Amino acid sequence: MIKSELIQRLAAANPHLFQRDIEMIVNTVLDEIVDTLANDNRVELRGFGTFSVKKRPARVGRNPRTGARVSVSEKSVPFFKMGKEMRERLNGGQDDED
Amino acid sequence: MPGRTITRADLCEAVYRKVGLSRAESAELVEMLIDEIIETLERGENVKLSGFGSFMLRDKGQRIGRNPKTGVEVPIAPRRVMVFKPSPVMKARMNGADDAGEE
Repeated sequence: MIKSELIQRLAAANPHLFQRDIEMIVNTVLDEIVDTLANDNRVELRGFGTFSVKKRPARVGRNPRTGARVSVSEKSVPFFKMGKEMRERLNGGQDDED
Repeated sequence: MPGRTITRADLCEAVYRKVGLSRAESAELVEMLIDEIIETLERGENVKLSGFGSFMLRDKGQRIGRNPKTGVEVPIAPRRVMVFKPSPVMKARMNGADDAGEE
């Protein structure tokens, strides 16, 4: 499923709303998650999972073509951890601990 | 340093402020949005949201694990897991958005 299909499905389930509004809702939710992570905060969605931020420290890398040293600055990367309930749902309801 | 944790309530509030629906309806739509993503994955379909990222399903085979405390070997059953792959746009926005073309 891609974003436009998600919007179509939500629009079909909510015929009283304009598709334009559904688009705005989807984008608002996704933007809010990204903004939260960009500010080093977490997003916890019970039943689904948690988005958090992992820091990659600054390091000295190399240009693989030339071998020249380049400094790579500190980076933040988003990380998603699936929730327990989601893991169960993906595995037919049974909970096998990992 | 891990600051605030945002939950459904905050997402609903953002939708309420931005879209002009009632609070109740905003909450309902946020719930439907999350449910739709969950149900799609549950059916075995990946979810790709442009500008955000993709939720990809992976099937893991059976392997032998070990209880780290007792050292006893236990079989780990085949299972399905989900990984999130952030889009380049999301990675850029998390790093000041001035390196959008990277990677």
